[in-house]
Amino acid sequence: MTELSVSTTVAGHAPQVPLPEAPPKVTVRNLNFYYGEHHALKNINLTLGTNRVTAFIGPSGCGKSTLLRIFNRMYDLYPGQRAVGQLMLDQTNILDPKLDLNLLRARVGMVFQKPTPFPMTIYENIAFGIRLYEKISKSEMDDRVEKALRGGALWNEVKDKLNASGLSLSGGQQQRLCIARTVAVRPEVILFDEPCSALDPISTAKVEELIQELSEDYTIAIVTHNMQQAARVSDKTAFMYLGELIEFDDTNKIFTSPSDRRTQDYITGRFG
Amino acid sequence: MASEHTAKAFDSDLQELTRLVAEMGGLVERMITESVDALIRRDVALGKRVVAADIEIDNLQRVIEERAVLTIARRQPMAIDLREIVSAMRVATDLERIGDLAKNMGKRVAALESDFQPLKLIRGLEHMTDLVLSQVKSVLDAYAAHDLPAAMNVWKGDEEVDAICTSLFRELLTYMMEDPRNISFCIHLMFCAKNIERIGDHATNIAETVFYMIEGQQITDKRPKGDMTNFATTVPGN
Repeated sequence: MTELSVSTTVAGHAPQVPLPEAPPKVTVRNLNFYYGEHHALKNINLTLGTNRVTAFIGPSGCGKSTLLRIFNRMYDLYPGQRAVGQLMLDQTNILDPKLDLNLLRARVGMVFQKPTPFPMTIYENIAFGIRLYEKISKSEMDDRVEKALRGGALWNEVKDKLNASGLSLSGGQQQRLCIARTVAVRPEVILFDEPCSALDPISTAKVEELIQELSEDYTIAIVTHNMQQAARVSDKTAFMYLGELIEFDDTNKIFTSPSDRRTQDYITGRFG
Repeated sequence: MASEHTAKAFDSDLQELTRLVAEMGGLVERMITESVDALIRRDVALGKRVVAADIEIDNLQRVIEERAVLTIARRQPMAIDLREIVSAMRVATDLERIGDLAKNMGKRVAALESDFQPLKLIRGLEHMTDLVLSQVKSVLDAYAAHDLPAAMNVWKGDEEVDAICTSLFRELLTYMMEDPRNISFCIHLMFCAKNIERIGDHATNIAETVFYMIEGQQITDKRPKGDMTNFATTVPGN
């Protein structure tokens, strides 16, 4: 009676059966990142499961967007920034200096916080990216554009005005246009950097639903400040703090019963 | 206990919920004591007061549920906060049921007409009530203090209550066989014993809720069970 062993009083399984482990699509090992002298990411180790949604949460400046920007080498655009460690996309070393960055970014697409349609027609917004990588006929292109817009859950709203400017759409539609543009070049991984923070609740719900649909075909990483959003859309959640990965676990576990005190304090609104 | 929230109002919402549950717990404890007192002393007026007190318990449960739902809607709580709110609702539900069981005993006081008052039986009932009451008190303290070992002691300690209930049943059975005029009285007492035993079960439910609140997992082990009343009634003459 005096000795209380909690581990023996509960069965080893949670009532809600978690998804089986997916084979890794992206593997991060001992990854460090520096903005000049500043050590922004410290020894990160995790994997993005194939066709799974992985959410990254943490207070501003914790390094979650930095990590996302390494996945498609966005940081290469800026001098003085460097990543050290191992980062594999299947068998490809993402950090290989000889890697063709255009090809990498076709495999790893990105959707940003603010919708960024090109100042051209809706049709051209999609076709532009495809033409960079492939030479296809007009009718094939029409098919691809339709498919991409359907993939972005936008087709029904824009099919009659494909020649209207992408900028004429509402914010939520613009964001879905950006998602369609990303999907159009058939990536393997899609990175979302706070995709809904500039959207109203209805558009947010549409984008979230879209993310769930896309996870059937793509591996997805999403950075979000909205904890409920992470809880809704992701299978795995990574909590980062001060450049470190504090906790990485099934999303259901993280949001109901996290292991680390710092994770709990953050998700319950006690700091950050 | 966790540190304060950035949104201070959230802390006071949670504190208010805990306070309401504690208030409800105090009232329920009193109802248990008074219902058994009324039974033993054949105090019909006290029995009626217990019945009346149940209205307040029901009201408190409603208030707790409404506040909990409102807090969930307003704050979208996560992790320990979410578990605390869900636990407050669960504990309130158990307390409401305990209130009903005490009320039911209060109602039976008026129906006990006979002067038949076997001392041993009454002692047994009193002893059982003391045990159950201390279980209820301990588990409510454990809930308020987030004290897992204390809650687990309650969870494991229900066996004795079950054993007393079983022996009371056997005894009642012999009284009924001895003299059919005792039957009506004994049946009322039997229900009362069963009610007290059920109150003990609710105390262990609350212990399970405390486990969930603290550990973030449901308790899945089988609780030690000593309730053999179903056998006690099927083997007359033993």
